[in-house]
Amino acid sequence: MNITSDYFASPADPGTLDELKRRLGLAAEAEGLLDVAYTTVDSPVGALLLAATPKGLVRVAYDIEDHDHVLDTLAQRVSPRVLRAPKRLDTAARELDEYFSRRRQVFDLPLDLSLSKGFRQLVQRHLPEIGYGQTRTYGQVAALVGNPKAFRAVGTACATNPLPLVVPCHRVLPADGTPGRYVGGPEAKVTLLSLEAAA
Amino acid sequence: MKQPFEQVVERHGGTVLRVCRVILGAHDAQDAWSETFLAALRAYPDLPDDANAEAWLVTIAHRKAIDVLRTRKRQPAPVGQLPETPTALGIPGAEDGDLWHAVAALPEKQRQAVAYHYVAGLAYAEIAELLGGTTDAARRAAADGIKNLRRNYQGATTEGAPS
Repeated sequence: MNITSDYFASPADPGTLDELKRRLGLAAEAEGLLDVAYTTVDSPVGALLLAATPKGLVRVAYDIEDHDHVLDTLAQRVSPRVLRAPKRLDTAARELDEYFSRRRQVFDLPLDLSLSKGFRQLVQRHLPEIGYGQTRTYGQVAALVGNPKAFRAVGTACATNPLPLVVPCHRVLPADGTPGRYVGGPEAKVTLLSLEAAA
Repeated sequence: MKQPFEQVVERHGGTVLRVCRVILGAHDAQDAWSETFLAALRAYPDLPDDANAEAWLVTIAHRKAIDVLRTRKRQPAPVGQLPETPTALGIPGAEDGDLWHAVAALPEKQRQAVAYHYVAGLAYAEIAELLGGTTDAARRAAADGIKNLRRNYQGATTEGAPS
């Protein structure tokens, strides 16, 4: 007989490992070792990655952002103690689900804004003031944060928003009436705006 | 650049489970796996970026397994601890059961050497560091372990084959 690692494998291993990983997530949370918990959920704008620190939701990422790359970045910038552990994201996932089925207009979630700094974070803090179904131009948002000339920097702040959807950068548009750029792609932006307009 | 810990679990979880099962049998393997990965998660930020993650995990699993084996020795069980019936971990079939009984019957050093070399792929020098003793002793323990397995386990893979 030829002895290799496979020789000691079991057809039940995948199921056993899934269960062991689930328990590891729970134990890590209980021991205070779960610095970043994440999960992925389906949505009308594609698969979304949701990640949270003990402080709150830290990242929402579209498929086109490349979830593996997003997780690598979280490992560098927040902590390498990153585990797929859906439980911490239960509320965020439920609220997003309600949003997409038009049963929720405002997100009520603790947020961790540590991935953005300075002016970008300032803009992102103000974005939730743009209500559901409304839009503003980059220039209007610049005025809102007290720096009317900074519309380009507002554009950058929207493009680098670590919490799209929940922090509604999709409600900020160019003055020319086009949808403009969006971290989830222009189609996703149009989808969200139509969803909110139809409510 | 340090990977997210999830990738470490994804990549090495299966190997560590097999290592634990060879050393401890099906019954205790899951607990040892859990303790190994929880300890690894705790220490992960301090692991050098260029470290061999699998060898590091096997080292932790080795220590956790020794704890389990020590606990067992303190227990008044009169017989060496055979694994639970294979179905406890969903290992189907009587032949597999025979394999795990043959593995469980190996002396501790041989079982460890087989697990670390044939399952985890560690070099004999690395195994010698884990078990103490020389590289040659580690190589001998693995070879003796395999010889004993061949003798005691007539698995499906050897059926009808000239030995």
